[in-house]
Amino acid sequence: MTRVYVEGVGLRGPGLDGWEASRPILTGLSPYEARPILVPTASLLPPNERRRAPPIVKLALAVGAEAFAPAARQPAGTPAIFASSGGDGETIDAILRTLAGTERDLSPTRFHNSVHNVAAGYWSIATGARTPSTSLCAHDGSFAAGLIEAGAQLKAGASAVVLIAYDLPYPGPLAAARLIAEPFGVAFVLAASSAGNTIGQMDIELSPAAGPITKAYPAELEPLRCSVPAARCLPLLAALAIGRPAYVALDYLDDLALRLTITAGGVG
Amino acid sequence: MSAPLVLSSLCVVTALGAGQAENWKAIRDGRSALGPCTFDSLPIAAYTGAVPTLDDAPLPRDWAAFDCRNNRLAELALQQDGFEDAVAQARARYGAARIGLFTGTSTSGILQTEQAYREIEASGALPPDFDYDRTHNTYALGRFVRARLGLAGPSFTISTACAATAKVFAAAARMIEAGFCDAAVVGGADTFCATTLFGFHALGVMAEGPCRPFDVERRGISIGEAAGFALLERAELSRAPDALMVLGTGESSDAYHMSSPDPEGRGATAAMRAALDQARLDPWQIDYVNLHGTATMVGDEAEDRAVSSIFGPDVPRSSSKGFTGHTLGAAGIVGAAFGALAIRHGFLPGSPHTRTLDPTFASGHVLEGRVARVDRVMCNAFGFGGVNCSLILGRAA
Repeated sequence: MTRVYVEGVGLRGPGLDGWEASRPILTGLSPYEARPILVPTASLLPPNERRRAPPIVKLALAVGAEAFAPAARQPAGTPAIFASSGGDGETIDAILRTLAGTERDLSPTRFHNSVHNVAAGYWSIATGARTPSTSLCAHDGSFAAGLIEAGAQLKAGASAVVLIAYDLPYPGPLAAARLIAEPFGVAFVLAASSAGNTIGQMDIELSPAAGPITKAYPAELEPLRCSVPAARCLPLLAALAIGRPAYVALDYLDDLALRLTITAGGVG
Repeated sequence: MSAPLVLSSLCVVTALGAGQAENWKAIRDGRSALGPCTFDSLPIAAYTGAVPTLDDAPLPRDWAAFDCRNNRLAELALQQDGFEDAVAQARARYGAARIGLFTGTSTSGILQTEQAYREIEASGALPPDFDYDRTHNTYALGRFVRARLGLAGPSFTISTACAATAKVFAAAARMIEAGFCDAAVVGGADTFCATTLFGFHALGVMAEGPCRPFDVERRGISIGEAAGFALLERAELSRAPDALMVLGTGESSDAYHMSSPDPEGRGATAAMRAALDQARLDPWQIDYVNLHGTATMVGDEAEDRAVSSIFGPDVPRSSSKGFTGHTLGAAGIVGAAFGALAIRHGFLPGSPHTRTLDPTFASGHVLEGRVARVDRVMCNAFGFGGVNCSLILGRAA
């Protein structure tokens, strides 16, 4: 069992315009409306990098920056974990189209934007973080994989880490081959010990995927949870928003789930 | 933080050959595997390090859904060096659910999608037999190897460009320390695809002819393909005698540029220092540095400076890229394999194709392989996005 403390949350999805704005939806107080995602300007990036940055970077930077807003920490001193099912789909589709044509000249910027760790690279440049970062994938279980890695880093000695998980739909023919229905990004600043500003704590455990996976709350969000890997964390977000002790099982691999025992609110 | 881990089994395939023995023979003989690129029609006379047998080695029928060049190379690696047997024994000892799998790749099976895009049907759809999840997806490699080795522990694929299969060692050490697993298989594969061949050409960092790491006339990289895996266990649980250890890992970010390393080498220096700190070693205790050394103008210079700033000018050092090419996401595990072979055989690998060392560089570069006692090795792997990772392998103290 690995215990981590949540210091800040960032959230962007269809009809989910930030963590604070989304809390009434996640507690069931306000109705959920599936509007197109709003991603704020990547103010962390200098203007020339902002132009070059692909959409997935803007999403990752937006939720990452939001998660640090309440945290008494700086991104520059915090190791970062980036979890997604793929890199930037728009970039990859454009490269694949070019390579399938007769003129196979790639844009160098597009090529370096095609790596899975593109968001990590821009994040490090934008925040000046020379701390370690990792970028990982476990297909639909990428969020859970990132959370396990976050827990392991905290247990192995890091005082805090930021976990940033995000996915965007593929355009073009890949959209039919890989279902990612909506853009969705989420970030957590997680600490190894409790401070005054803690939103909640969670105990992370692996368990055989025999029991049921927790569905999203409210039920209108369940299609989103099922159709975007990063949105597999929605039950965790609901538990933190509602603020009652909760036991949540998140999707991970075919034979493994991630079990979280969550105590929300200020904890000692 | 993490206690040292035993590296109790290691398998590797590079363009030099399949298995440790073939790779060792080529290292001892100073034989490079680089040759003119025949995989695709690049506009320049690029050289590559190809694994020649992959075209004719489809996966066995039970695994056909996973069939792609990258998983084929992973499969070939798993068959080498008694690795499957070692994993089977570990499975019996720990239980499948207690063995983690942390793989690395940069492009996974994207070659499959490149081919599918050339066969887009009139409807605009990809061919019906195209299987994104088991080939193109970054985790396709992990999914395949996990099923293939019968593992049931935690798993993910790290994709941090050319540092991926170095960072898997650090991830595994943490996961074992945190108690998510008792042992881990780490490693990965990267194989040719037009995305990387044309991409590196577009960046202007691909050499004509073979790459010449640290040479005064170095002109860029030669791409290679490789795969390898290692079984890591807690020292107190492993029974392998005279085992090699993972003594430390160090990671950092450049915060500098997406595709160029920091010319000052600050990130590289930080990763190497972090690895030494974790291993509780002083620089003089490192006998050999296996350099990332991809033969780009800026990258080699930054790394040479960073290595000398820590170890001084004389520590023996070389890059394996002149042997195998730059194996991208597999560079970390190839570096680890070169390091392991250097220790096992008491031999400092040379640097084929490096003719005249850049006179501004330190004296420690090993151009011709030579016999030497090697107890501890540092292996460097740096990647796009400014991600750096250093490993220290060595005999138990």
